[in-house]
Amino acid sequence: MTTPVKRDKPWLMRTYSGHSSAKASNELYRTNLSKGQTGLSVAFDLPTQTGYDADHPLARGEVGKVGVPIGNISDMAALFDQIPLGQMNTSMTINAPAAWLLALYVAVAERQGATPAQLQGTTQNDILKEYLSRGTYIFPPQPSVRLITDIIAYTVKHIPKWNPTNICSYHLQEAGATPTQELAYALSTAIAILDAVRDSGQIGAEGFEQVVGRISFFVNAGIRFIEETCKMRAFGEMWDQLAAQRYGAQNEEMRRFRYGVQVNSLGLTEAQPENNVQRIVLEMLGVALSKNARARALQLPAWNEALGLPRPWDQQWALRMQQVLAFETDLLEYGDIFDGSPVIAAKVKSLVDGATAEMARVQEQGGMVPAIESGYVKRQLVTSHTARMRAIERGDLKIVGLNCYRETEVSPLTGGVDSGIMKVDPRAEREQIERLNAFRAQRNTTEVKAALANLAETARSGANIMPASILCAHAGVTTGEWSQTLRDIFGEYRAPTGIDIPANDDSRSARAVAIRTQVIQTGEELGRPLRLLIGKPGLDGHSNGAEQIAVKGRDVGFEIVYEGIRLTPEQIAKAALEEGVHLIGLSVLSGSHVEMVEDVFNYLEQAGLKNLPVVIGGIIPESDAVLLKARGIAAVYTPKDIDMNGIMVDILNLIRKHHDLPPVAAI
Amino acid sequence: MTRLALPDPAALALAVSARDRLALAQALNLLDDRRPAARQCAATFLDALPAEKQASGGHLIGITGPPGAGKSSLTATLIQVWRRRGLKVAILAVDPSSPISGGALLGDRLRMHASGADREVFIRSLACRGEFGGLSAEVWPMSLAMLAAFDIVLVETVGVGQKEIDVSKMTDTTCFVAQPASGDSIQFLKAGIMEIPHVIVVNKEDIGMAARKTLSELKTTLGRRTDSDGWQAPALSASAALGSGIEALADALDRHRHWLLERGQFTVRRHRCQAEWLVKHLREEFGRHGINRLGGEQVLFAELAHAPRRSPIAAYEELRARILPNP
Repeated sequence: MTTPVKRDKPWLMRTYSGHSSAKASNELYRTNLSKGQTGLSVAFDLPTQTGYDADHPLARGEVGKVGVPIGNISDMAALFDQIPLGQMNTSMTINAPAAWLLALYVAVAERQGATPAQLQGTTQNDILKEYLSRGTYIFPPQPSVRLITDIIAYTVKHIPKWNPTNICSYHLQEAGATPTQELAYALSTAIAILDAVRDSGQIGAEGFEQVVGRISFFVNAGIRFIEETCKMRAFGEMWDQLAAQRYGAQNEEMRRFRYGVQVNSLGLTEAQPENNVQRIVLEMLGVALSKNARARALQLPAWNEALGLPRPWDQQWALRMQQVLAFETDLLEYGDIFDGSPVIAAKVKSLVDGATAEMARVQEQGGMVPAIESGYVKRQLVTSHTARMRAIERGDLKIVGLNCYRETEVSPLTGGVDSGIMKVDPRAEREQIERLNAFRAQRNTTEVKAALANLAETARSGANIMPASILCAHAGVTTGEWSQTLRDIFGEYRAPTGIDIPANDDSRSARAVAIRTQVIQTGEELGRPLRLLIGKPGLDGHSNGAEQIAVKGRDVGFEIVYEGIRLTPEQIAKAALEEGVHLIGLSVLSGSHVEMVEDVFNYLEQAGLKNLPVVIGGIIPESDAVLLKARGIAAVYTPKDIDMNGIMVDILNLIRKHHDLPPVAAI
Repeated sequence: MTRLALPDPAALALAVSARDRLALAQALNLLDDRRPAARQCAATFLDALPAEKQASGGHLIGITGPPGAGKSSLTATLIQVWRRRGLKVAILAVDPSSPISGGALLGDRLRMHASGADREVFIRSLACRGEFGGLSAEVWPMSLAMLAAFDIVLVETVGVGQKEIDVSKMTDTTCFVAQPASGDSIQFLKAGIMEIPHVIVVNKEDIGMAARKTLSELKTTLGRRTDSDGWQAPALSASAALGSGIEALADALDRHRHWLLERGQFTVRRHRCQAEWLVKHLREEFGRHGINRLGGEQVLFAELAHAPRRSPIAAYEELRARILPNP
């Protein structure tokens, strides 16, 4: 036996999970921990993330779907039942109501007997990126920045081991960002937040280094893993400089770029989904190989994410990938294996230069907040994503199984009774509402009213929101009540869609021109230009698909009405009528497509538009597609439909068919 | 539905007057329809609308200003004020996005989303289809259809210079939204390039100093000047973001309507709007030459001022026939 080699401590291993109810998620967490997971990563459902109670009309169909519903302190207590919070490290993907969920967490910890100072974990709390991707913002940018700031100031003083904000470049990549854009916009967001904390006066100059040291990041890792390694090294360099120069952080420790990772979902395919396994492993290398730029925490998606919700076994597989890399390979026995490589150094430099230039452009516009409000940043992302989609469509960007090497055997992985995905129990929503009603019935309403009045007063006065929120948590306030109180004071917001970008070269391709000619011709036959309504019903904020269809539709000659994310089915039917559209395209990625379509059809019928053609796009399992078509949906598109021009011809022919015109010849 | 199906114009007019939302939507589709049979049907439909509403009912308001001044968000807050006052509101949003190959993105609806699911608010977007100088030829006939069913009809367009501000000639009251810290509108006013609107509002008063400065410059520029009718335009400030100054803006717009009514100018102005639309439309199609065939602008306006009220489409077709050489 040789003496054991000294190995580095591995990163925190997590799986982003939560579904159905607090109780079901608690069981899942405890199972995962027993399998060797070292931290928790809580996925909340969309009503919780957007601040609605389970019985709110907007929550219909969404309760317990993409995460766990947390409506009050009793849900939070059930979520962490038998999990001692004083010893756990918990990451919570929560943004607009981050202060509220942290308050519930603190309150539950107090009831468990833990002190705030013991608590370790992360609130994502990067609301700015929600305006660009993901879409679970509630309030306008200014009050959002204030909420982020309050959480930072509070935790630095009272929960010193907490990561109050996880500035996210992750979702920017999902929305199409290039590595340069990821660097530039994440660091510009950090500047906006740190400036706001400094200007709030809540932390004195002497404590500011602490604040800088508590800022952490949440980054994406795509399949180009060499470039991703360089991106992480570039992040480290740029953050170190920014912390030292702009914020005067002396202590090197406080300038360290600390980050967690979820590897890329954008590149995972529905076609031949088993290939996603090797994609996920390679993407993990990008954030693990370089010791000096290694992730502190890692969570991997499941191989079947593009098909639907992963099952416990799928998540276990993802965890085992991390464990094999950390414990079987020799990765953790070496220092940084890239130091001194001229190839890596040159690539890092080019990323730093590009990002520095883009950051300067953002600063010229007054910083990240104005650049978001004007739609500038979102337009840049839509432009990048459009270029990516066109490259895939043309075959210039190769994706195995999707646009090349498509021949395949039948996969045994997706053949089981559950088609290889998990279905949330349809009773979950009703049961959550029953629990909510029972909770409301037993609480002290006088105390609740007083706590909410105190919250409102705090919000108006500009004092730190956290203490008032913790009082609300103990008093039995619900997620919907906390959020509505702030909605009434801060107002709500709708972010720019970013789709108003110039037409690109592909819109001048022969095929696009031919389609456009036919679209205009059909418009003349029907008397007026063809109009499409692109609608995103429900709380889901994943808007890439809707944006790409909108841009493409415009480029081939349609008039496009697109109102952004989070519309009610009633609003969609209303817009369809008022705008006199020829066809509706819905986009739903949260798994609530069946309920949404049902509601949209009901409202269309009430409006007198029973026969208007409706198509839908999203992550829709084949069995549901059959169901939707039986209900009257004219066409279903999923991520494997990459021929955007083909979709446009389809839509044109659906409109023609509806008006008794023969289809156009193949284009 | 078959491609040639056209509605019964009389029944449609009746349903629109009864504020049937689906009927109004179909009427707007019809007024957008370029086919000859549809044009005829549209003319009959407009003639069948109640005459009194057309001549003096409701309040037709134009809101215009440079891009980025916040017209849509201001409109959204105005809608709330009007709804609180029990008024039913229809919006025609002419989208400035430049026409690309016939396609267009209509984004105004997003920017004025405040209306939610309220059935007493009706928003129709129109692409500015590269014609009619930033307006859209359908705006006037569509406004008439909306006036038959709603208390307030608001037309939103982008406009800074002479050409784009044509909306002011086709509405009862025009509101110009000025961008704080931008001297353009003041220069245009001073130079007489821009006609004086009926109400000027500096948006974004929440930004403070710059907005106050713009407001005071506007007040100085306006001085005691009045428009050709003798109305003196007030300059106000508001903030769509804070919701401040919106009640006062709604009051100012309404004051102009009352002012016109008291002087018996309201119906005259409405009538004049149609004449402006007819002449502009003819000029677009036939140029100055066409207008000259009808005796020139002055003669034409004088003739139209005394012509009996009728649907704009029928009136247009008749003028058109006089310009075109006999077959």
